[in-house]
Amino acid sequence: METLDLLFSVPFWVAVLRIATPLIFGTLGVLLCERAGVLNLGIEGIMVAGAFAGWLTVYAGGGLWLGVCVAALTGMAFGALHALLTVTLALSQHVAGLGITLLATSLASYAYRVSFPKVDSPPTIQPFGDMTAWLPLPVLNQQTPMTLFALLLAPLLAWGLMRTPLGLAIRMVGENPSAAEGQGLSVARLRTGAIVAGSGLMGVAGAFLTLAAFNAFYFNMVNGRGWVCVALVVFASWQPGKALLGALLFGFFDALQLRLQQAGGGAFGVDVPYQFYLMLPYAMAIVALVAAARRAAYPQALMKPYRRGER
Amino acid sequence: MRLEPRTHTPAWLWLAAPAAALGFTLLATSLLVAWAGAPVGRAYVLLLEGGFGSRFAWTETLTRATPLILTGLAAALAFRARLYNIGAEGQLYAGALAAVAVGGLHGGSGFAAPVGLLFIAMIVAACVAGALLLLVPALLKSRLGVDEVVTTLLLNFIVLLLVSAMLDGPMKDPGALGWPQSVAIADALQLQPLLERSRVHSGLLVALLLAALLALLLRHTTLGFEIRAVGANARAAAFAGMPVGRVMWQVALLSGALAGLAGAVEVAGRAGYVTLDMSPGYGYSGIVVAMLAGLNPIGVVFAAVFVAGMLVGADGMSRAVAVPTYIADVIVAVSLIAVLVATMTTRWRVHLR
Repeated sequence: METLDLLFSVPFWVAVLRIATPLIFGTLGVLLCERAGVLNLGIEGIMVAGAFAGWLTVYAGGGLWLGVCVAALTGMAFGALHALLTVTLALSQHVAGLGITLLATSLASYAYRVSFPKVDSPPTIQPFGDMTAWLPLPVLNQQTPMTLFALLLAPLLAWGLMRTPLGLAIRMVGENPSAAEGQGLSVARLRTGAIVAGSGLMGVAGAFLTLAAFNAFYFNMVNGRGWVCVALVVFASWQPGKALLGALLFGFFDALQLRLQQAGGGAFGVDVPYQFYLMLPYAMAIVALVAAARRAAYPQALMKPYRRGER
Repeated sequence: MRLEPRTHTPAWLWLAAPAAALGFTLLATSLLVAWAGAPVGRAYVLLLEGGFGSRFAWTETLTRATPLILTGLAAALAFRARLYNIGAEGQLYAGALAAVAVGGLHGGSGFAAPVGLLFIAMIVAACVAGALLLLVPALLKSRLGVDEVVTTLLLNFIVLLLVSAMLDGPMKDPGALGWPQSVAIADALQLQPLLERSRVHSGLLVALLLAALLALLLRHTTLGFEIRAVGANARAAAFAGMPVGRVMWQVALLSGALAGLAGAVEVAGRAGYVTLDMSPGYGYSGIVVAMLAGLNPIGVVFAAVFVAGMLVGADGMSRAVAVPTYIADVIVAVSLIAVLVATMTTRWRVHLR
């Protein structure tokens, strides 16, 4: 059986982890924002901006990790804007998030064209390489350090959210902001902090694309990954551990889809156009959303702006 | 900082708020123009001239505004009922595909129908395709509580891939040399140009008519009242005995149909066939148009002309001075955020401390 061979092949699992990495960062970022009660639809654009800023830093001579940091800071800057709009000014979270996505995407595209007015092929950088000898694990030693970082981040965020006073406070402003305010917590500060930190992770998610997965910046390179992350958070019931699993599952299906495509599209005895394989990840995300809908335990205050003193 | 609801909005604020938003947008984006190394004043003159400064500029702007009015209406109607339809882009392409599927049937298939009948069938097919594409997320929302924002967004990507598959396969134009484009609709089905020497077509009149009809629907019909009530407070509307689920799917059908119609109008009014880049994000820009218009159907017309003018003007400007065309997208995005904030200040008083 070819399929069985695939499941035991190392390159396949290497691909699964590589595809899952940006989704892990992005999903955890969205999760952090939503746990504090704020939907962040800016993710798609923030990932584009992070991908561009990280790549530009390295292209200009900075180190790869500096690029990751700049991408995180870029994400945080857009996160601060999102927080200003949705927390301080209590605007609609849907619309503000879409506005951020439009702004971040168009700014990144504009900045790219100003910096490189006439290039035929996108300029490249030397991306992250594999971690080799020092890690004695079969699949993990063929990953970039960013993937390892992503895998460690999920338990770290789970611990932070579930086991620390700060995590409790963040969850509380996402569930019942009035009660949190009554406990002397500042809803505005906690929400702003969560959005800024979560958006930083979204920026890193974008940076993985330009600094590890590919070696250049392309328009449309994010290609809906941000929206997939928003779906994965619902699928994960807002649990970091399940978010990690969801992202890996997604990576699994995406890698499978790629293999089937390479196999010539004739896997089921009929000629399937390659576009239908490419649809699978998006269709999977919708299926995941529908499957999770019945038991979805939304943070109670999600998408509800909190205005102090208002009942 | 604290927000206090205004009991009454002073008259000057209704004028000052949008003016301030526009001023802020121009100021913020002028920094970007200066960064690109272009003379700021001249760049803006070129932008305005390119969008609104001549007969040619106006006809191009109105041509671009036509699909934007339709997608803007689609978004405005859905958002009024708090159905966050972000899928107008996909619905537009679905409508365009359906239009070609019906309008392109003429070629060699021996299928003969009166042109009038075929035209109606083409338009209806496009509307139905768009409507059904939105009906699924709307039902998932009202029946299962699945967030429609993400499902409609994801469907955009699926539909675009479907378009790509159709252009490679069943709808491929064999005459197009390797360039992915569909077969064309019959010449007799093309929309007529409105003016000599221009690309403005009668689709503009359809869009204007629909804007007026939608304004009437929202203000003077039972459905309009129900849409406004559900949008204002769905639980209160349900408590008052309104069929919230029914309102949702009716809104979904109308909104999806408008976006699907935008696709058919683009096909029949311009190239006559579908390409993968026939819409430079009209579906997404429609949301901006609707927000700029405060979800008001008549306002949508003006907002669409503004956005279209920016897009057309930016093309001209970037040719004349070295400013990337993406400046138009930045201007539109910044003006969206600025208008959102400005509108907020007309409803809330902001206390600093």
